[in-house]
Amino acid sequence: MLIDFLFELRKQRLKVSAHEWMSLMEAMSKGLHNSSLDGFYRLARCICVKDVSDFDAFDQAFLAYFKDVYVDVAEVTNDLLSWLQDPKKFAGLTEEEKQLLQQLNVEELQKMFEERLKEQKERHDGGGKWIGTGGKSPFGHGGYHPSGVRVGGPGGGKSAMQVAEMRRYRDYRKDRVLDVRQIDVALRGLRRLGREGAVEELDIDETVDATCKNAGDLDLVFTAPKRNRMKLILLMDVGGSMDAYSLMVERLFTAASRAGRFASFEHYYFHNCVYEHVYEDAAFRKPVAVNDLIARTSRDERLVIVGDALMHPGELMSPGGSIYFYHHNASAGATWLRRLEEHYRFTAWLNPEPERYWPRTTVEAIAGIFPMYHLSLEGLEEAIRYLVRGGQRPDPIRAQPFS
Amino acid sequence: MSDAFNQFTGTTTYIASEDLQQAVNVAVALEKPLLLRGEPGTGKTVLAQNVASALGMELIAWHVKSTTKARDGLYVYDTVARLHDSRFGDSDVNDISSYIKLGPLGRALAADKRVVLLIDEIDKADIEFPNDLLTELDAMKFFIDETGKEVVAKERPLVIITSNNEKELPDAFLRRCIFHYIDFPNVELMTQIVRVHHPDIEELVLDQCLELFFKLREVPRIRKRPSTSELIDWIFALRKAGVDLARVGGGIPFLGTLLKNEQDMAILGNN
Repeated sequence: MLIDFLFELRKQRLKVSAHEWMSLMEAMSKGLHNSSLDGFYRLARCICVKDVSDFDAFDQAFLAYFKDVYVDVAEVTNDLLSWLQDPKKFAGLTEEEKQLLQQLNVEELQKMFEERLKEQKERHDGGGKWIGTGGKSPFGHGGYHPSGVRVGGPGGGKSAMQVAEMRRYRDYRKDRVLDVRQIDVALRGLRRLGREGAVEELDIDETVDATCKNAGDLDLVFTAPKRNRMKLILLMDVGGSMDAYSLMVERLFTAASRAGRFASFEHYYFHNCVYEHVYEDAAFRKPVAVNDLIARTSRDERLVIVGDALMHPGELMSPGGSIYFYHHNASAGATWLRRLEEHYRFTAWLNPEPERYWPRTTVEAIAGIFPMYHLSLEGLEEAIRYLVRGGQRPDPIRAQPFS
Repeated sequence: MSDAFNQFTGTTTYIASEDLQQAVNVAVALEKPLLLRGEPGTGKTVLAQNVASALGMELIAWHVKSTTKARDGLYVYDTVARLHDSRFGDSDVNDISSYIKLGPLGRALAADKRVVLLIDEIDKADIEFPNDLLTELDAMKFFIDETGKEVVAKERPLVIITSNNEKELPDAFLRRCIFHYIDFPNVELMTQIVRVHHPDIEELVLDQCLELFFKLREVPRIRKRPSTSELIDWIFALRKAGVDLARVGGGIPFLGTLLKNEQDMAILGNN
């Protein structure tokens, strides 16, 4: 029965493996879930989810799966019995209320409880029927009813369903806007280590070899420390529809341009689409010919383009389609883009537009030329993985059209 | 539920939330490493010390630095000393084992009793560092190549790993861990925590301190928000100096214990 929960988790794109599922089963067979739903919530979360940004997805899967099966019979029965057996609890009741209490027996109470839980779909506070807090119904806590049953853990604690419903971890989701530090961390992955520069580290193995060859007379050998050899070229679309994303692009630029991060880092600007020139400044005053850029840089440098890739189809597809009236481009924008893509071994296009807006626009056409990723933490990480290791390109048409 | 399971419930000096207690107990029972994440200053490192003392085990701490290699944790073969001895020394150079020094992980595995091994700030090291530890943490044994000796753990140590959420850890590594994210304590839990460190603090003073503290945390755009450890230090400073918060008009005394950043001070000044 629980196996459906695994698939519910996977439906939420949580990478729960068989390995973790077996651990969870083992833990449950040892009784680590405390025979309660709260316990199971905690247990499953600490075994299956490994990142706080996935907690929200877990909460949603948990809600989806358990909203119909939430009946915590074992705990309730115990609570019920101990409550009824505690004569002190009856002290504050009038004779009339005590008589009322006699009318309810344990099984009846339990049955009512289960029925109501099944009926109830939402969190509830106050009132006289539902299970919740501060009410007069026989079930819940913090309330008062002559023969009430306290539901939930120790005082002040929230039940798993309530915790899940609160979705406290929504803010930790990865698809939210990036800050500089997160980009910084992600960019750390973009590297190729190699020994370069001044020799300043003691190379033990070489020293031992050299010393042996030197008949046991110490002969110290030094080597260069490992450095990042990654070279990066960043092309940024500015102005127009990109204004909305200027802060995000600026952050990416701040993180990428940090001194000493890459062996070389160059950045250029363009507007809407790349034609003969890219520009050294965002005011488009210092042009650099794309052909020169291609001739000067090696195939091994990584090209990253940031832009929304949204434009009039003519700007991309036809010669002379440039957005600037006095500028006539002999080759279509798409041709220039293709030239760039063909020159560099690894390229990536980061697009700040949400994926659902991509289909049936120029984005789709450009995603057919460059491997395109959404400019979110997840997308950036995927792009970096591709830039470092290569491998499968993302599918150009993966998002469903927005309806 | 078995009693053998519910071993850790916090200590007199460490208040653990129920979630955290369960995570620790699951890690103990399943013999898997416990990975802790959370804001700096929420007590990730201190937890290991308290788990060790609560369960009566020895604590071996391994503080990871950016230059730390996975092998350093197992053992270090001191080649330079041996080379030196071969030239100038009079000790027995043929006995390689005397040049092998076990690292923290090595000592934890070689220990006679079950110990707590703290691998602190694992994210500081190289990206491949956690992957290099996989086999050793899984099998709980390792080879010393130089002597051909195998070290096998008699009792699997309880491994507690902390990370400052800085870097993605590899999936293969994560699959083997129990994960817990230490939430920032709410007011009630924080009250308990402060009481543990300042048992004789007056109700009124405590309320005032907490109110100010949580207000301070909510100031927008602050880069390093003060955490539990800073609150405790701050209260300590206040009491040591005998400052009465109710009587101080304007400014917060000893602000330097709470905010560690010039820009944050400036932002607070503007508000």
